[in-house]
Amino acid sequence: MQLTVWTYEGPPHVGAMRVATAMRGVHYVLHAPQGDTYADLLFTMIERRDRRPPVTYTTFQARDLGGDTAELLQSAMRDAFVRFAPDAMLVGASCTAELIQDDPGGLAQALKLPIPVVPLELPSYQRKENWGASETFYRLARALAKAPPTGDPRLKREKGAGPVCNLLGPTALGFRHRDDLAEVTRQVVALGIGIGVVAPWNATAADIARLGEADFNIVLYPEIAATTAEWLKRTFGQPFTKIIPIGVGATRAFITEVAGLAGIDPSPALARAETRLPWYSRSVDSTYLTGKRVFIFGDATHALAAARVASGELGFDVVGLGTYSREFAREIREAAVTYGIEPLITDDYLEVEAKVGELQPELVLGTQMERHIAKRLGIPCAVISAPSHVQDFPARYSPQMGFEGANVIFDTWVHPLMMGLEEHLLGMFREDREFSDTAPSHLGHQPSEPPAPIQLPKSIARSTDVAWTAEAEQELHKIPFFVRGKARRNTERFAQERSVGLITLETLYDAKAHFGR
Amino acid sequence: MNPRGQPCATAGSCAGDNVLRERGQREVFCGLTGIVWLHRKMQDAFFLVVGSRTCAHLIQSAAGVMIFAEPRFATAIMEERDLAGLVDANDELDRVVAQLLARRPDIKLLFLVGSCPSEVIKLDLSRAALRLSQKFLPNVRVLNYSGSGIETTFTQGEDACLASLVPVLPTTTVEARPSLLIVGALADVVEDQFRRLFASLGISSVAFLPPRRASELSAVGENTFFLLAQPFLGDTARALEQRGCRHVAAPFPLGVEGTTGWLRAAADVFGIDPAHFEAVTRALRERGQRAVARYRPQLAGKRVFLFPDSQIEIPLARFLARELGMTIVEAGTPYLHREHLRADLALLPPDVSLSEGQDVDRQLDRCRQARPDLVVCGLGLANPLEAEATATKWSIELIFTPIQGFEQAGDLAELFARPLARRGRLVA
Repeated sequence: MQLTVWTYEGPPHVGAMRVATAMRGVHYVLHAPQGDTYADLLFTMIERRDRRPPVTYTTFQARDLGGDTAELLQSAMRDAFVRFAPDAMLVGASCTAELIQDDPGGLAQALKLPIPVVPLELPSYQRKENWGASETFYRLARALAKAPPTGDPRLKREKGAGPVCNLLGPTALGFRHRDDLAEVTRQVVALGIGIGVVAPWNATAADIARLGEADFNIVLYPEIAATTAEWLKRTFGQPFTKIIPIGVGATRAFITEVAGLAGIDPSPALARAETRLPWYSRSVDSTYLTGKRVFIFGDATHALAAARVASGELGFDVVGLGTYSREFAREIREAAVTYGIEPLITDDYLEVEAKVGELQPELVLGTQMERHIAKRLGIPCAVISAPSHVQDFPARYSPQMGFEGANVIFDTWVHPLMMGLEEHLLGMFREDREFSDTAPSHLGHQPSEPPAPIQLPKSIARSTDVAWTAEAEQELHKIPFFVRGKARRNTERFAQERSVGLITLETLYDAKAHFGR
Repeated sequence: MNPRGQPCATAGSCAGDNVLRERGQREVFCGLTGIVWLHRKMQDAFFLVVGSRTCAHLIQSAAGVMIFAEPRFATAIMEERDLAGLVDANDELDRVVAQLLARRPDIKLLFLVGSCPSEVIKLDLSRAALRLSQKFLPNVRVLNYSGSGIETTFTQGEDACLASLVPVLPTTTVEARPSLLIVGALADVVEDQFRRLFASLGISSVAFLPPRRASELSAVGENTFFLLAQPFLGDTARALEQRGCRHVAAPFPLGVEGTTGWLRAAADVFGIDPAHFEAVTRALRERGQRAVARYRPQLAGKRVFLFPDSQIEIPLARFLARELGMTIVEAGTPYLHREHLRADLALLPPDVSLSEGQDVDRQLDRCRQARPDLVVCGLGLANPLEAEATATKWSIELIFTPIQGFEQAGDLAELFARPLARRGRLVA
């Protein structure tokens, strides 16, 4: 058993729902107990969709367990087929139904429905949401995608029409998938490349059947589409992109990569690129961002991209980097080496919380869950990855990808930080009754009491063999709030390394001289 | 025979109405959802769900839009190895609880909340609660209830939770004066109003279940009369009766009429002089009626369809029909407790169709065909129906808003007028 305060991913059948709901004409029959229909709200409320997800639940109850739950499942499939007339059907079980083992695949086969029925094996007690989405997409592609017809369109196109690519990965309930897709489509079309199939987003079963006809694939979200892209490569020889266009540098590299796969010169497109992040970040107003200590956590794709942007495009110090996507742990480990830090690969919220407490960053870039941590520790925070809540499915155009995505990122990440002038004044004058360093005034809150002390695990609790003189402790409180934690840690480390038992004013300033800011 | 069943109209005998009983897909929450409001009501209680990642995901999807420095709920997620053998699962649970209590020394009451997976594998959480109580008392009491979807629907989670509290309530002495227990989580402001009202009626010994703190559990016994503030408390009522408490039958305190009937039932039991009752409540009733009357012009004659959600639908339909003049097309309820709803059923207009249970697709067919002016439904249906140009009032709000009592009667009416008023305002 794992004590879970917050979970980074839902169960795998929610991943399957994200694929089904993104698509058109595909229905999902889910063997699940009463109550699992809560998942509909993810789509109708959080993503604000205007129709019910194409999911039929068996919603069995305790009294059904004595009877024939398999027959219940079969009649649900039959009814769903008649009522919704889908072009293809997914069938599977949720975690509770997995325990009663009714074999949705076999039962579906016995019904002999006149449409493709794709059984899903999603082990709920081992795997999670993204794996579920990836597996569902892969199973659908395997079941439906056909080899390019004779008279391969790819060959015909070489004589005149431009190259064509598929865009793979965007789903329902994806973090900014809607606008990322629009932004990337714009970049790709600007290169003179045609868009074949976009999937799963708005795709039909017939679209999935045509996946093999494109020249290559663009993978927007490897967590969801990498497995399918690998399979398409093996089966139809389509290469696929590896670069995720989040950040200015990555977007430029992505354009070059895509152009390379299409056999096109990227330089005109790169020359036309309009992006404000580089100038905003170079302008003197941003100087105070230099070396801000940032902790990054999210799915692997967004965490890796955020680390690159934070360090190379905003001039932050990446002091922590981690992911809950175990499938992509290797990439995170490699990146952590380049920043000289320990990677954090975990889906345990409490471990992430302990790490943030230990590192005392000045900014947390994470998921909705890191907002809880940041609130508790009083640290500014911005959301860069799923899981996210309703406010991260905004009405306005808000991509993360491409050049406009970089503009959005600049604004979003800088916003929660104390602005420069206020930060300076707080460093000078500590006794103002209106302005306090616990709450930036541009966010409009009254300064609040710092959160109550919390019980941190022993490993990171302050060591007790070093004491502070009252004078030094007082001086410490003159250091602005957001770097105070780090100053305390550094001073104690400095004292311990030199076997100084009592920290005085002198020790504090000795440590400051030793470590710098 | 199709086990999903044809909708079969069975002649019910309540208030002369036919009740349609349906089985099929149910678009409702499970009882775990009760945690979302119960954790706020009981400040020093913690809710530990023993379940799967789905359970954890449900609660955080419902509550996680709020940013918590210290949430008072969590999930012990069962993993593969927990499913292998039960002994192991018990050790694991003890470890998780110890970890949790070390982190949160302020917790006085811990609920182990059962889920579908824990019920299906028959993990005995009641024994676990006993074992853990022995270990952690007097600092922490550990109780257990089931919020699983297979056994409970939405607000039944509160019923199960409160029923688990009943056996640990202290016992009153035999000579104790008669006392009144109000059962069902109410908004703090509503609770305070009722406390004042009972005091001015002359009923001095009044307690509430659940209390705001675990240390404030009131004593019960043969001299305790209890009044249900919510219609979904069947098991809690039975548990109280087993402790010798006596149920006071009444309509539920929604609207002026319901609140009056509810208070009067208690006043009668305590032998309060009707003239005194009249004197205490008259001004309040008139003020409540004035507040409701503001919304009557917008709502009278409008046709409303209620999907099953919380069991509050029948008292609500009674309020909408009698005090606002609305026409009830269908009032669905996940479960119909005839005994507790007797007074409300008797007040319903005779032509109202009631349904118990659900087959959501068929019910949507009926709803679309009836073209009601307003649909009361859950959030899974609300936006999709709005997109079909049907006005909706999402039902969960009725559980998260102060709606009981005289002072809230106008607010309750406003909840139904608001979506219609909004449609009148929006030009694009």
